[in-house]
Amino acid sequence: MSFHRTALTVVLFAVAGIASAADELVIGLITKTETNPFFVAMRDGAAAEAKAKGVKLLTAAGKSVTDNASQVTAVENMVAAGAKTILIVPSDTKAIVPALRKAREKGVLIIALDTAPDPMDAADALFATDNYEAGVLIGQYAKAAMGGKKPVIVTLDLVPGLSVGTPRHNGFMKGFGLNAPDAKATELGKDPAVTCMADAFGDQAKGQTAMENCLQKSPDVNLVYTLNEPVAAGAYNALKKAGKEKGVMIVSIDGGCEAMKNLSSGVIAATSQQYPIKMGAMGVAAGVEYAKTGKKPSGYTNTGVTLITDKPIAGVPSKDVKTGTQMCWGKS
Amino acid sequence: MELHLLRTAAAGPALAPLLALVLTCVFFATQSDRFLSPQNFSLILQQEMVVGVIAIGQTLIILSAGIDLSCGMVMALGSIVMAKLAVAGGMNAYLAILCGVATTVAFGLLNGALVTLVRLPSFIVTLGTMNIALALTQIYSEAQTVTEVPAAMTALGNTFSLGGAEISYGVVLMLVLYAAAWLALRNTVSGRHVYAVGNDPEAARLTGIATRRVLIGVYAVAGLMYGIASLLAVARTGVGDSQAGETEALEAITAVVLGGTSLFGGRGLVLGSLLGALIVGVIRNGLTLMGVSSIYQVLITGILVILAVSMDKLSRRKGY
Repeated sequence: MSFHRTALTVVLFAVAGIASAADELVIGLITKTETNPFFVAMRDGAAAEAKAKGVKLLTAAGKSVTDNASQVTAVENMVAAGAKTILIVPSDTKAIVPALRKAREKGVLIIALDTAPDPMDAADALFATDNYEAGVLIGQYAKAAMGGKKPVIVTLDLVPGLSVGTPRHNGFMKGFGLNAPDAKATELGKDPAVTCMADAFGDQAKGQTAMENCLQKSPDVNLVYTLNEPVAAGAYNALKKAGKEKGVMIVSIDGGCEAMKNLSSGVIAATSQQYPIKMGAMGVAAGVEYAKTGKKPSGYTNTGVTLITDKPIAGVPSKDVKTGTQMCWGKS
Repeated sequence: MELHLLRTAAAGPALAPLLALVLTCVFFATQSDRFLSPQNFSLILQQEMVVGVIAIGQTLIILSAGIDLSCGMVMALGSIVMAKLAVAGGMNAYLAILCGVATTVAFGLLNGALVTLVRLPSFIVTLGTMNIALALTQIYSEAQTVTEVPAAMTALGNTFSLGGAEISYGVVLMLVLYAAAWLALRNTVSGRHVYAVGNDPEAARLTGIATRRVLIGVYAVAGLMYGIASLLAVARTGVGDSQAGETEALEAITAVVLGGTSLFGGRGLVLGSLLGALIVGVIRNGLTLMGVSSIYQVLITGILVILAVSMDKLSRRKGY
């Protein structure tokens, strides 16, 4: 074939390709990491909604919870690929802002999931758990369940710099009735009742190490707040090895399906369940609405948090583990 | 004469980390009355057990003038393979453990082959295999933790009483492995060849050392260490953790550097890596007992690493 004919064929295919792609709505989802089960659940929720509505879902993630550069690249690539809505869980809440603003200038709808950018209005809307409320619920439960016993508390937190750990910790303190900062505070609250605070990085093995060290400092501990359920499992392991698991209550946050066993066996007394699948699905639905009607969601939509326990306490509303298992996220 | 120089050079690097370890222990003993107890030390040993064994493999590789970024992820893959085969696959526990270790040794051989036969830099090779191991771990585990592992896999996590503390069998195994590695590097021909190859691969080759075989051996033995570490990880936590492996590579390299082994290869003592790992564990434990935020642990570790590498560079200039 002559050069001209080849060129013409290529151009025609390209135009046809672009034309057919233009018919399908493209929505992008960018999470902090690829592998964390919370984000896997969020992706599954988004993918299911996308399939149901006939939408093309592009996904991307950073290489670690501090990888902003990959998320910026993903935003740019998705906009170039024709995404009309981008759902994002920002790893660096400040550094992502310029990329989000640029995308919005091109008419792309930006919805933050789970974590708000800083300032919050850098995104059109936020669909997220109220992490402070999640902490308050388990704090209230723990206070009521302790029944007036003098609390000796250990908190196993996330790591300095990641925004989720602080509101959860402070919410727990508020719910328990301790000296607590408000929901917007960026420092972890302290109180004499909290005898040891250690960072567990959201990881089971590191949670075990943190609990062991805090147990050395505070052998009379009777209540452990954990940032999430893998940390709770690690804390339980440490307590069991020290022979102390019977006298210590562990509370946690997340409500993943994997943890439901630990809830029914009493390893975790109560957990605040959150809904990443719902976040992903709501995000895609909002994107479809925007493409059809041009209507943008705005402000903060609370995707809900439920206290799950098999040992309910009067005055603290909760749902049992059976219900929790129906609503849980991730594989069990 | 040569032997004497080699022995001195080999023993010298461990003095500084030993001193650092003793000094940090003395400091924390003054800050908290709960620090200086046999049970506390036993805990620190257990907390550093997994990284400690990984660091044996990492030391061998760094001695040979290489580096291994894949060690953490390979360890995680080994844990998932053995745990999932036993729990979901119903395989005999000991056979599953063997399969997990075989997986990590296979990765070691892969790294070794790519470094020696295809002649790629170890940094790049292990960057690639790290990502492959990560992906395989996620795919096989489906991002789930494997629970209810058989008792045979958690046996090394069990403890026995000694001198007011509960000592873990896994820690005893780690100490035995360190002793074996130290003896092998010090007293066997292959051990000394590792130093020679790390110091100057061309000179080593010219003196008749089979450098390729030495290197493949180093990576294979390292893979075996990662396999044992993966069993220790399962034994300690009681689960196959699909989210593990992210920080162990840097932690192992930190332990090796703090232990006085030169990142440039050819110099260092494997026992130093044990000391390096313990320094990190002591700092973490001590700061928690003092109620200081973990971010200072990161800061202090970073400063110590700079000091350790600077000391190594300075002592090189004195003329070896």
